[in-house]
Amino acid sequence: MSAYFNYWAVFALMLLGLYATIASDNLVKKVVGLNIFQTSVFFLFITMGKVGGGTAPIADSQYTLYSNPLPHVLILTAIVVSVATTALALALVIRIRESYSSIEESDIQAEDEAQP
Amino acid sequence: MLLVVGFALVLIRDLFAVAMLTGIYSLLSACFFMLQDAVDVAFTEAAVGAGITTILFLATMSQVGRTERKPKNKPWFAIGLCSLVAALLVYASFDMPDYGDPLAPVHQHVAPRYTETSPNEVGPPNMVTSVLASYRGYDTLGETGVVFTAGVGVLLLLGPGLRRRYRRDLPAPKDGKKHAE
Repeated sequence: MSAYFNYWAVFALMLLGLYATIASDNLVKKVVGLNIFQTSVFFLFITMGKVGGGTAPIADSQYTLYSNPLPHVLILTAIVVSVATTALALALVIRIRESYSSIEESDIQAEDEAQP
Repeated sequence: MLLVVGFALVLIRDLFAVAMLTGIYSLLSACFFMLQDAVDVAFTEAAVGAGITTILFLATMSQVGRTERKPKNKPWFAIGLCSLVAALLVYASFDMPDYGDPLAPVHQHVAPRYTETSPNEVGPPNMVTSVLASYRGYDTLGETGVVFTAGVGVLLLLGPGLRRRYRRDLPAPKDGKKHAE
């Protein structure tokens, strides 16, 4: 049971992000959902990189067992990329707000259908 | 803890509170990374996630307003899809190796080589640094490309030239202040 607890917590976060991305009408809220989803993927990778009884992957003569450094590197890259995508998404939200004067998805759709 | 903050993030409709909670969420993630021995990731998350992302959300909020409307109909489609994905994920999780198992397949391929030889081969005692800058340097180069592309995209979307062109044939937005990002 405890062997899988971390995975299930990660899955719960992942689904929370997915739900927020699909179900919320507000575009900023959608971006927040996307962020939650991204961090849940980070947690999954880092969880897999953990070695029981190991220590942080910094070489030291006192330790012989280290956690896996490879997922850490991948997630370092992914965190920076996630900030870049968030910035781009929020810039798009601002532009949409300027053109439609609303960031609620149903309003935007109604406006689109009103003037073809 | 993380899950509680996550639920609050989804349920709260005041976007200002949501922006502040993203900061708390990132800080908690940094603590989680610390506990999982990923110290470098914790650094990055605390600096980039808790700092820059929160500022980005706040800056957006100053432009687009801070309340979210209550949705009219229940999102049954989203609930159904999420339950389906949940069932699939939990089913798949039974094939995963146990948490912290040193014999898991992830730890068998290139990781031992990194942990054993990188301090002598590359130099710095921090293996994450050697892998990031030396063994997987192209990844880091690609990441720089992504960040550059995002920066160019944001500038193109919010830059002065485009705005002036659109202003002419559109009614001016109510709070059309210049965005600094």
